Parts: sequence; structure tokens; C-alpha cells
Amino acid sequence: MKRNIQGDGWFRNFTFFFAASIPLFLLALVIILIDQSRLSFSEFGWGFLFSSAWDPLKDVYGALPFIYGTIVSSLIALLIAVPLGLGCAIYLSEVSQSRFKEYLAVMVELLAAIPSVVYGLWGIFVLGPWLGRLFLGAFSGPSMLTGGVILAIMILPTITAISREVFQSVPNSLRESACALGATKWEGFKLAVFGPAKSGIIGSIILGLGRALGETMAVTMVIGNTPRISPSLFAPAYTIASVIANEFAEAVSDVNLSALIELALVLLVMTIIVNGFARFIVWKTSIRYGR
Amino acid sequence: MLKKLIVLSVAAMLMIGAASAAVLNGAGATFPYPIYMKWNKIFSQKTGIKVNYQGIGSGGGIRQFTVGITDYGGSDAPMTDKQIAKACKNGGESVYHIPTVMGAVAIAYNLPGIDLRLDLETMVDIFMGKIKKWDDPAIAELNPNEDLPNKNITVVHRSDGSGTTSIFTTYMARSMKWAAEVGKGKAVAWPAGLGGKGNAGVAGLISTNPGAIGYAELSYAIKNDLPVIALKNKAGKFIKPTIDSTSAAAAGALKSKKLKKMVNAGDFRLNLTNAPGDRSYPIVGMTWLLVHKVQKNPAKGKLLVKYLNWILTDGQKYASELLYAPLPKPVREKVLDVVGNIET
Repeated sequence: MKRNIQGDGWFRNFTFFFAASIPLFLLALVIILIDQSRLSFSEFGWGFLFSSAWDPLKDVYGALPFIYGTIVSSLIALLIAVPLGLGCAIYLSEVSQSRFKEYLAVMVELLAAIPSVVYGLWGIFVLGPWLGRLFLGAFSGPSMLTGGVILAIMILPTITAISREVFQSVPNSLRESACALGATKWEGFKLAVFGPAKSGIIGSIILGLGRALGETMAVTMVIGNTPRISPSLFAPAYTIASVIANEFAEAVSDVNLSALIELALVLLVMTIIVNGFARFIVWKTSIRYGR
Repeated sequence: MLKKLIVLSVAAMLMIGAASAAVLNGAGATFPYPIYMKWNKIFSQKTGIKVNYQGIGSGGGIRQFTVGITDYGGSDAPMTDKQIAKACKNGGESVYHIPTVMGAVAIAYNLPGIDLRLDLETMVDIFMGKIKKWDDPAIAELNPNEDLPNKNITVVHRSDGSGTTSIFTTYMARSMKWAAEVGKGKAVAWPAGLGGKGNAGVAGLISTNPGAIGYAELSYAIKNDLPVIALKNKAGKFIKPTIDSTSAAAAGALKSKKLKKMVNAGDFRLNLTNAPGDRSYPIVGMTWLLVHKVQKNPAKGKLLVKYLNWILTDGQKYASELLYAPLPKPVREKVLDVVGNIET
């Protein structure tokens, strides 16, 4: 008996050590980012966030076009991927009875396994020119729109797979009671499945958004890499992750390096805000459904 | 049994690893990476000295060399005096720029069936976005025999910092307008166009966009069968990039008094663009290895000197098969003198 209790203590300490390492990693990351971006912050201050200048030769840097590009391309991705992904998940979990759905589910997961550089190459050679032709030559391939569409395809499996799991975790008794009350398939889904699954669906969308905000390679290859804010979705743009990937290796001046690290910090803060917002929504909806 | 075998083989691997441990470590520019790999392989076969080179980019190469992680650095853009001072804070006295090979930057375009010629002024106006159509009078005047289409020009440049960009903008900065408004460097604030990541990204954007124009390393343009522009050189001749026209450019550039003086003083940060000579291609540059004048570790320093001596003599003959131009003989002799001054 005594030995057992001692074992429990070890077990507790051991797992606590692993659990504690995660906040430590996060803390270490934040400390390094803040420390390394000090030079850029002292040079440009808060104006860094609102300036559109980016000139490595004159050593002037501003984050606004990159923040804009990151947010807008991710929003385009969500606009496309959320209806597609949810529709696909609903079909797979609630509607389809055929064997075909198993293959479809595997294909969705395969989409997630494709390396992003492959998406990028496909974006340059196929998707970009094709979108250009679709809009009658309004643009020539690389653009904010192309970047958003590539991102949509990349986050589609995340949204589909997770929301499908969420739908399937809704107990069958709920569906059966809806049926017993004479609900149609659509009404049954709306009443019995969608409500309880809501917070899980939001979670899947947020995970997708997180991937879209941080995706680097594929976007870099199709977005045109131009740090200018343009109201047109057909114009080339730039994202935070892309500019870091593009310039980090060759950044020679200390201020340039520091500005890139400050951009990384900005991206980290953006993701934290998005995640916090998502937590808030999940919390709100789960209160409403009494869970 | 199996466990024992695994332990033994791991131990054996570690021992082999220790026996052939890398002796010299360098990192930097990716532009000369293929030739450095070739040199390091042949050099280690011949002498048993292993040289490691990581293509992490010139900026990273200069940084690692500055803090002393690597024994030598590689860069496509010369270090500034300020950077040299910083690198010598912990000794080393000075930094030598040792040129290794030269390369040309080709201007590739997507206009099927048209053999294009351009000059510096037109190039500047195109890359600044001032000339927007292919049938612009300025282009037509240089190409009287071609039927130019009324197509939009799409300018493509590198989005990542790159030695190729450095050589290209050094050429463009020969125009006062470009020098004042954009400047030269590995990354600049581009007034127009799309950014592609790496040579592959630029080539991809050019080949999928009819009417596109962009620059890429010569070897890349040749390997991808991209049509390249014949550029007007200082002598007024239209020349396409080849190894021969690269060598001709270096020979022509070295006729200038200023460059001769630099070479004689042991400063090899030479600007070879827009060189005189009938056969010179105008966009040519060199790439450097960065070494300390005074080597802190004498044993390693001796090996480094041996390595540099070899790449500047026997090593040069491997350059052209990888589409780099070997250094011209007068420069090579002076560089060898400088290598001889390295104190170990």
C-alpha cells in the first residue's frame, strides 16, 4: 500500500514536469522574440504597426501591408473553406449511406498530407493562371485572391475532419428523439446535432484559421510578395509569414533582422488574440447549451 | 543479439564520424553553392581534408562569420566597412574578400517567337513600371525587325534576399535614375511587379505569365530553356549571357584604372557590371569567401590557406561545367598573393 502511494507521487511529479514544459516553451519563445525585436521597437516604436514603408536599403520598416495581407488572405480562406468543409462534414456524418463516403473521408485526409510546397507549385502553374482566365485576364496569376484560395484548400481538411468528428460524437439518442417527433432529416440535424456541436465547429474553424495565419511556403509562392495595400483582391499582396521566410536568411543589417523578429511577435500576438476570441465564443455557446 | 548489433553499429558509426570529422566549416551564399559542393568533394578526395559549406544565404553567412561560428563565410555582396569592424572585434585584424568564381545574371522573358534586345535605360523604365506595354516606342526602336504585341508587361523579381538581385541591381544602378530612386542591394523596395521566391519561383512566374520579364542566374535560365534578352553593352553591341561573354566582361572591366588600382591594393570588391569591350555581357558579378587576415587557430588557418590556394588554381577548371566563369588570370594571381598574406 505504502509503495503504491509513493508511486503515485512519482507519477504526479513526472507528468507535472511534462505539463509545465509547455508554458515554459511558450514563455521562452516570447522572451526571445521580445528581446530580439527591441532594436526595431526602439527605432520605430508603435508606428511600426501603422507604417507601410519596407525598404531594406534605407533600413525603414513598417508592418501594416503584411498585417493587412495576413488577415485578408486568411478571411478569404475562411469564406471559402467554412461552407465547403462544413457541407462536406455534414454529408459524411449525417447524410450519406453509401460506401463512397469512406473513400471521400480518406481523400479529405490526403489533402492534409500534401506538403505545402507542392500546393505552392500547383498554385503557380495551375491555379493562378486558371483563376486569371476565369476572371477574364483581370490579373495574371499571383494575387491576394490566389493566396486566399490556396489557403482555403489547405485548411479544408482541418475543418472537415474535425467537424465530422464533432458531429459523430453527438449521441444517436438525440437524432432518434428528433426523428420520433416527426422531424425531417434537415430539421433533425438543425435541432439535435448542430446545436450541441456548435462549440466544436467553432473550434475546427479556429484551428483552420490558425493554420491559414501561419502558412508560409504555399502562400509565398502565389501571393506575389508585394508590400502594398490594395483594395483589389486581384492585386499582389504579402503576408507576415512570407516576408519572414523570404528575407530572414539574407537579412544583413541588425535593424532588418530585428524588424523581421518584431513581425514574428506581431503574428504571435494575432494568433493569441484569435485563439482567445475563439475560447470566448466556445465558452459562451457552451453556457447556452448548459454544458 | 539484435540489441548488441545495434549498439555496436552505432558505436562504429560514431567512430567513423569522429575520424572523418569536418575540419573546416563555412556557411553563406547559395548562388555559388553547387561549385563549392563540387570543390569540397574533390578537395577531400585529394587531401583528406573535409570542408563543410552550408548554403544558408549571404546574410546568415556574414552573421555566423562575424560571431565566429564558422571558419570562413560566403557572400555575394561585399561586407561593409562597419561589418568588417564588427567581425574583427575579437581579433582577426581584417577581413579579406577572396573572389572564387564569376557569374552572369540573365534577363528572361515570355514573348514566344520574339528575339528581344534592350538597353539600360529601357530596362530601368520597364522595371520601374514606367513602360507598361511591349509595343512601347522605346522598345520598338531597339527591335525594328520584330513585330511587338500590344501586351502588358509583367515585371518579375526575387522576393527573397539574393546575391542575384545584388548583381542585377548593381547593373541597374549604373543608371542615375535607378540609383536615386531604388538603389542596389540583395533586397530592394521594388517600384513595380511581382515577387517570386527563389530562382524557381521567378522562372515559374515568367513561364506562366505571357508578357512577363524577370532576371535569373544564367545557369538557371539555360537549364530551363528560357529565352534571354541580348543587352546593349558599353561598346554599343547587343550581347547575350554566356560563360564567354562573362569572362570577356571581367577582362574588359579590369582595363579600368580604378579597378586595377583596387586589385593591386588587394581589394577585390569589384563592380564588374556594364564593362567595356565588344563581347562583354553587362550584368556580371563575383562571389566571395570571407576570411580573417590573422587566423586565431593556426592549425585550421593552415588548412584554410591550402584550400583557398587549391580552389584558386586547380579548382578553377571545374567552374565552367557548372556554368560559372573562372577568375581572370591577372586577378587570380593577385588573389593568391593576398591568400599568401594570411597569418597562421
